[in-house]
Amino acid sequence: MSLLGKLSWDAIPLDQPIVMGVSFVMVLVIASILGWITLKGHWSYLWGEWLTSVDHKRIGIMYVILALIMLLRGFADALMMRAQQAVAAGDAQGYLPPEHFDQIFSAHGTIMIFFVAMPFVIGLMNFVVPLQLGVRDMAFPTLNSIGLGLTASGILLTNISLVVGEFAKTGWVAYPPLSELQFSPGVGVDYYLWALQISGVGTLMTGVNFVTTILKTRAPGMSYMRMPVFCWTALASNLLIVAAFPVLTATFAMLLLDRYLDFHFFTIDGQGNAMMYVNLFWVWGHPEVYILILPAFGVFSEVVSTFSGKALFGYRSMVAATLVICVLSFVVWLHHFFTMGASANVNGFFGVMTMIIAVPTGVKVFNWLFTMYGGRVRFEVPILWSVGFMVTFVIGGMTGVLMAVPPADFQLHNSLFLVAHFHNVIIGGVVFGVMAGYNYWFPKAFGFKLDERWGVASFWCWLIGFYLAFMPLYALGLMGMTRRMQHYDVVSWQPWLVAAAAGAVVILAGIVCQIIQLVVSIRARETLKVTADPWNGRTLEWVAASPPPAWNFATLPVVTDIDAFWQQKKEAHIEHAPAAQSSGYELIEMPKNSAIGFVTAFLAVVVGFAMIWHIWWMAALGALGIFLTTLAFAFREKEEIEISVEEIARFEEMQHAEVVA
Amino acid sequence: MTITRHDHAPGDAEEASGAHSTRSTLIIYLTGLFLAVVLTATSFWVANTSILWSTGVPLGLSVLAIAQMGIHLVFFLHITTGPDDTNNVLALAFGILIVILVVAGSLWIMTDLNQNMVLPAELMDLHMQH
Repeated sequence: MSLLGKLSWDAIPLDQPIVMGVSFVMVLVIASILGWITLKGHWSYLWGEWLTSVDHKRIGIMYVILALIMLLRGFADALMMRAQQAVAAGDAQGYLPPEHFDQIFSAHGTIMIFFVAMPFVIGLMNFVVPLQLGVRDMAFPTLNSIGLGLTASGILLTNISLVVGEFAKTGWVAYPPLSELQFSPGVGVDYYLWALQISGVGTLMTGVNFVTTILKTRAPGMSYMRMPVFCWTALASNLLIVAAFPVLTATFAMLLLDRYLDFHFFTIDGQGNAMMYVNLFWVWGHPEVYILILPAFGVFSEVVSTFSGKALFGYRSMVAATLVICVLSFVVWLHHFFTMGASANVNGFFGVMTMIIAVPTGVKVFNWLFTMYGGRVRFEVPILWSVGFMVTFVIGGMTGVLMAVPPADFQLHNSLFLVAHFHNVIIGGVVFGVMAGYNYWFPKAFGFKLDERWGVASFWCWLIGFYLAFMPLYALGLMGMTRRMQHYDVVSWQPWLVAAAAGAVVILAGIVCQIIQLVVSIRARETLKVTADPWNGRTLEWVAASPPPAWNFATLPVVTDIDAFWQQKKEAHIEHAPAAQSSGYELIEMPKNSAIGFVTAFLAVVVGFAMIWHIWWMAALGALGIFLTTLAFAFREKEEIEISVEEIARFEEMQHAEVVA
Repeated sequence: MTITRHDHAPGDAEEASGAHSTRSTLIIYLTGLFLAVVLTATSFWVANTSILWSTGVPLGLSVLAIAQMGIHLVFFLHITTGPDDTNNVLALAFGILIVILVVAGSLWIMTDLNQNMVLPAELMDLHMQH
């Protein structure tokens, strides 16, 4: 056995021009960014203010940046697949060979779920939840930083697989026996497994952190029934993370044992049972879709209420619906494999449960509609996304209920109808949700609004592009086209797939608009500058300055009602005295920055890479490194820094002066 | 609408330890240890004895195991019915509910699949089809 395990120069696919071209561009971009940082001397700022930061706002922003970068990667995969299927009809084979096409659809699914949707949602929660709760930080700030680091490690490993070795060709679910050593002897599945194991641990840490934060640290007076709906959905989502992610980790651990140590959990021989993997994967997989969609529901609740200038209709029913979804999401997982061979009793039960879970979601949709009804709706970018969501998501939900009927599912299983359905709910629900949240909270994070015209353009491109790209897939699914086809013989499918490809291009235009929106807004930041409360908000995050100082609130707000800030504004209006506080601040202790997140993340990449390529000594060194890092962290003497009263007073005065000016 | 009881953040145990002295805490731990040891010893005895009706042994062991969990929860993890503990109790209940749903559901599904999917041996041998 060589010192580098399975790794050799053959691992780099020099014979594949597309891969090498993309890799070359990627390396070039990274090198130029690093060079630019070095040239401008930003390293110490980047290290001191961001990479080692334990501030929940900074960590949230970094999560969102990761998600946006990976959105580009995942979307590039989508464009390649659409282009391939648009041309590969009849005798044509298209431009992607099957083994490359297989890697692309596997990478697309994995990236979009784990490395776009998850970090985006977690990033928004990180930024917003402590502010909405009226507290200064998460319950475990350093753990938060480690969670971010581990997510980034998983992302890095996935991207390394583009250049060194290959990615899984098994689809994003990696079902055995295909994903077992017998049928996937390469490193692709190992990349998939280690990337997701490492980022999964990070996600679990984040989940524990949020549950503790929401249950244990809230502003004085904020009882459960006074929490903003976004906090409720964040709580439900993180309860699901804590309950579901260990299942995924255990399942992947069993598959890893099969692949590395000749175990027989899911193999064909040796009494293994591949169906158990499918079962366990979806025990995690179905709650996962609610982990993603519940915070998006929370965003819509905040946005709809704020831009309608009304309190949310049916706050209590909203909370109840969220918690009902939270529990019911654990009794529907079999609908992902109705066709695996269960009897009518089992299929019937899970089919009915699946239809029932649509009910609380319907309750939410009506609540949002009734909130808008009779309100003075300001049609700015966040609410455009919300209205687009309501229409699109209802369509996606109805196709979902259709497929919840087992006999119908037998026809539609693994067809493009299914692909259209889950893109309909994930793009129409989660992506529209995080986009609404991104436009809504951006001014809070950076102190200036995003350009409205480009935002509107981006929304319409996404909306139209979505319908153009996925409605043809519904039709194709009904015509019998299955998913993941590298080429197909039925020439009459081609026009539909060309239309779908055109839709993907329109979505691309939407993404380009978003990039332009960001650039334009940064350049015009002086004119787009906002005060603490740009949207006439209702919840506590709009009390803090924009951008909020590290300590969020100079004095912790006291909560007396559901829409705490709205209540404060009403009372202040009556008294005609916003009462600028000039003294009475107290010393604030904030957690000290720590490099442990970054170092652990780096070492996790080392361990993951070493395990993938069977470089055992390196894996052992990396693991030892993680242990020593943790040990060193446990022995550090100074855990907090103090923010002096003068500093707080100076900051508050400056804010006040700006508001008056 | 009720006024919030101010929850204690993790690490803010100072107030609580004022009420419970170190001595009474020690007694709680020792009681827990004693009960846990007794239950463990009983399980070993039950497993090895021939005095009991042998079919009942697994059931008895299950009961002892559940009791053991209860002891750990109450004496070591401090799950009580006190007002401060609502979160912990609810979290525990949620955890138990999910575990039951997942375990029972999986057993039901897998048993059903096994009954429905008895394949002839030559079909099971995917080596031939590779």
